[in-house]
Amino acid sequence: MKSGSNLERVLESGQFAFTGECGPPKGTAPKAVQKKGELLKSCCDAVNVTDNQTAIVRMSSLAGCMLLKEIGVEPVLQMVVRDRNRLALQADILGAAALGIRNVLCLSGDHQKFGNHPTAKGVYDIDSIQFIQMVKTMRDEHKFINGEEISGDVPFLIGAAANPYADPFEFRVIRLAKKVSAGADFIQTQGIFDVPKFVEWMKMVRDRGLHEKTHILGGLIPIKSVGMARYMRNNVSGLSVPKELVDRMADAKDPKEEGVKICLETIEQLKEVEGVHGIHVMAVAWEDIVPRIAEEAGLMPRPVV
Amino acid sequence: MIVAERKPMEEILAMTEEFDRILVLGCKGCTTVCCAGGSREVEELATLIRMNRKQKGKTVDTLEASTELQCEPESVTPVLERLANQYDVVLSMACGAGVQTVVKVLPDLRVLPALNTNFIGVAEEHGVWTEVCLACGNCILGRTGGICPVTRCSKQLLNGPCGGSMNGKCEISKDVDCAWQLIIDRLKELGELELLEEVFPVKDWSAGWHGGPQKIVREDLKS
Repeated sequence: MKSGSNLERVLESGQFAFTGECGPPKGTAPKAVQKKGELLKSCCDAVNVTDNQTAIVRMSSLAGCMLLKEIGVEPVLQMVVRDRNRLALQADILGAAALGIRNVLCLSGDHQKFGNHPTAKGVYDIDSIQFIQMVKTMRDEHKFINGEEISGDVPFLIGAAANPYADPFEFRVIRLAKKVSAGADFIQTQGIFDVPKFVEWMKMVRDRGLHEKTHILGGLIPIKSVGMARYMRNNVSGLSVPKELVDRMADAKDPKEEGVKICLETIEQLKEVEGVHGIHVMAVAWEDIVPRIAEEAGLMPRPVV
Repeated sequence: MIVAERKPMEEILAMTEEFDRILVLGCKGCTTVCCAGGSREVEELATLIRMNRKQKGKTVDTLEASTELQCEPESVTPVLERLANQYDVVLSMACGAGVQTVVKVLPDLRVLPALNTNFIGVAEEHGVWTEVCLACGNCILGRTGGICPVTRCSKQLLNGPCGGSMNGKCEISKDVDCAWQLIIDRLKELGELELLEEVFPVKDWSAGWHGGPQKIVREDLKS
């Protein structure tokens, strides 16, 4: 075992994983995190805590992870290279290890221009792939990026993101290969709305044998309304929301029900794709729908391994 | 070249307000090429200052001159000597290096910048300049098809593109090209796509500004 985390045990035992996401509050109330944690506790193998997502300042991911851990939810520490240089990243990795956090997701982060501090200086000292490599070296060789020794273990399951919908499409699998060779143990993809394109990408992934070297979790974003579908189609870079899906939401009598239905259909399709080892649900501001999705997708109860 | 822009007139007028004899000093180097501080811009700025004083019912003497390269003391000294005692302040229309060279040559006089120095760049078309080099001190253009991701990727990724690249554009704006899309296109043309497969190692930023102010000492040239 690399980390001994629950997520690692589920994935290594060959079972279909199910992870969720918790965005910390723009404030100090522990309850905001705990409430989401309680909702996701029984249906998720691990829960990501986002790191200043969309470049909006929130409670730190590390603090959020600890709040989850205290109530018995296994956290995935998201970390972006936008806000920290190699010193701060390594320091937080050590701190997270000391606090018993066992999963980390290494990300670039949305550009600071998108957030609520658009005049901030972006750090970008190292990129997400170099970050993955750095954590792997810390874990496997007990060495900092400068080659100095680390005392103690750094047991992390290392995660990374992949976006099959960004351009150039043919390069996307090369980028995944780089993340895997850098040390990514698991991958959580961008939200999948266009299943055929994802299937095409997965074929390229299998052609390179990457599905056997890393665990790929398909990303899902439950849609609540046609407005949300339209917004994501038109305004969120890196997402591909087909027009048919927007139309389907527009025609729905009960859009929330339709959104759940779309999610469940997508999960069924993803289960059939060779090399997909789980689902990662990003139900931003709709966390309470996640238990139902897990239940109706036939993914309950979660395995105890 | 170094690309600069003239400061807003209000700012220039405010900082020159207390002086009655102003030398507006252009540069025949970069700031002439980027149309910010050549002899034409010197003449224009001097005229604007005079007009402003006239409107206020005050007088001002403006001198107009240009150096060859204002970042070279050899270019600056003869011009300043020729005009000695005819001005109380130098309003420089060179880049920051030019301004600081004049300061060194004229330690007893006030020297003010009329320009904001923006970047090392190129002209895309007439009236449009873009940044292409950050002077990082550790050039990697040989591995990236001659397109600089340190300068032109908004996240300075060395293993790009990120998940925000869409239709050849960067996630920050549809007006900004994705540098990594350009790099991939170029490497494809060069038949060097395999360069993308390797993980590019972390960068030594200390060779540039992040290492503190830089200095080059060439022992073979020192006298």
